[in-house]
Amino acid sequence: MISLNGIVKYFHKGSVNEVFALDNIDLQINEGDFVTVIGSNGAGKSTLLNCIAGGFFPDSGKIIINSQDVTAWPEYKRAKLISRVFQDPLLGTCPSATIEQNMALASLRGKKRGLARGVKSRDRDRFREELKQLGLGLDERLLDKVGLLSGGQRQALTMLMATMLRPDVLLLDEHIAALDPKTANQILLLTQEIVKQSRLTTLMITHNMKHAISFGNRLIMLHQGGILLDLKGEEKKNLTVKDLLAQFYKTQGEELALDSLLLN
Amino acid sequence: MTWYAALGAVEQGLVYGIMVIGVYLTFRILDFPDLTVDGSLPLGASISAVAITHGVNPYLSLVIALAGGFLAGAVTAILNTKFKILHLLASILTMIALYSINIRIMSGPNVALLGQETVFDAVIGYGIPAHFAGLIIFGLFALIVLSFIVWFLGSEIGQAILAVGDNPQMIRSLGVNTDTIIILGVGLSNGLVALSGALVAQNQGAADVGMGIGTIVAGLASVIIGETLFGCNTIARAFIAALLGSVVYRLAIALALGLEFGGFRFNPSDLNLITAVLVISALIAPNLKKRLIQR
Ligand SMILES: Nc1ncnc2c1ncn2[C@@H]1O[C@H](COP(=O)(O)OP(=O)(O)O)[C@@H](O)[C@H]1O
Ligand SMILES: [Mg+2]
Repeated sequence: MISLNGIVKYFHKGSVNEVFALDNIDLQINEGDFVTVIGSNGAGKSTLLNCIAGGFFPDSGKIIINSQDVTAWPEYKRAKLISRVFQDPLLGTCPSATIEQNMALASLRGKKRGLARGVKSRDRDRFREELKQLGLGLDERLLDKVGLLSGGQRQALTMLMATMLRPDVLLLDEHIAALDPKTANQILLLTQEIVKQSRLTTLMITHNMKHAISFGNRLIMLHQGGILLDLKGEEKKNLTVKDLLAQFYKTQGEELALDSLLLN
Repeated sequence: MTWYAALGAVEQGLVYGIMVIGVYLTFRILDFPDLTVDGSLPLGASISAVAITHGVNPYLSLVIALAGGFLAGAVTAILNTKFKILHLLASILTMIALYSINIRIMSGPNVALLGQETVFDAVIGYGIPAHFAGLIIFGLFALIVLSFIVWFLGSEIGQAILAVGDNPQMIRSLGVNTDTIIILGVGLSNGLVALSGALVAQNQGAADVGMGIGTIVAGLASVIIGETLFGCNTIARAFIAALLGSVVYRLAIALALGLEFGGFRFNPSDLNLITAVLVISALIAPNLKKRLIQR
């Protein structure tokens, strides 16, 4: 389904600021997999998702989605296959467009856009139905500008927009991290429901170990641009936060040990 | 201000209003400050004038002018999107290049249209007094352009144009090539500016390479006046406001030129200074207001 072969990514290659962000990543993800991705800050999680989505091109390696080699495809072309939700709720919607205009934009993801009306009257009922499922009362506000909505409402709308046209791959980059705990939980449950309902192949970055364990059928831990841990099936099911923390601190501990060595 | 001067100002407001609609598209919708217009206005004028003197139908000459303006805008947008030159600089480069190109087109700094048929002759032919012909033709064209742009921005492509100015990252991840949209939008904007220039040339009976100087400042002034007086809640309202802003701006200028303070009078050549001061005060007024309120 998704196959990453030898993905290497540097930032500012050859300069003093050089960052080695992805270190030869090999990863096969099956259709319908829900993968949670964890790792410390700067581990390369966002960079990995960006390479899949086409925000960055890798320095070497190959990206195959649905048996198509998309390595050289620009971001807009990959939109046919991929939907994304970002951490910042402001990034997923157009503030000065109305709710229905935003949904109409999303309902054409990866399709040709022509001179037909942007918002068609026959779409409105469908939009309203879908908004009703959110239970936030947005179905009464089709003509409100999205800039008027709260961060949580905007993120819920973004989730809906990302999935109203079924994507082959759904990429979530800490998409609840900027929300208050209650709203975050609602969006998380919404995510789970949508992913389950449409059996979406999903990668979800999270910094919450509990979420990483309780959601999805596979867990990946990145560290310094490499895959440190890759747990599936029974292994993932039986995982506890304690196991995971132990693994996590083992990697951090190595660093600390190294630091103290250098200091001595 | 005499009745005649006011009529002239409204006329000008309408014809330059087509330019202002173009400026609104780049500045406000696409968030792309574009100075190409100082070159594409005389470009449209030169193309139309030269075409007419070569026997081309005056209406067809408008279409050619529009296409020429589109091309000029597309060059600016390509310099920006494909070659990563800052939009302001890219547009200045195109504008400067257009100065030479316009002189080439006219084989000199200007072309006169004396005795040639223009789009105004048709109206005069229907027995309408000559001094109303401009008002009618300009009003008609302004209305057509206004309706077209509002219709176009409501289409699937148009909505994508709005989104590019609003949230480029989002619309890219929805599968829209933002470069193509910017080229289309800046091209369309300059096409309208060139159309405006062509109509001006046919009305005043000449195209001149210098007639574009200050276009962008006048355009901005009109946009700001329009937004302030008439609001910009919806797309339709915003573009109507831009057109009306242009009329108010020309009336204000005519009023200023008619003022007299004990022997001192403004010259038409003071127009750019007056406009620049107007735009500057409109730009700093919100800041000033904030500071005063904070105190
Ligand atoms: N656009 C960029 N330019 C330069 N360096 C970057 C850029 N994006 C990420 N990095 C660097 O790459 C590394 C990985 O970053 P990122 O993938 O954002 O980490 P994570 O999402 O796991 O916290 C970090 O060292 C970060 O500073
Ligand atoms: Mg990140």
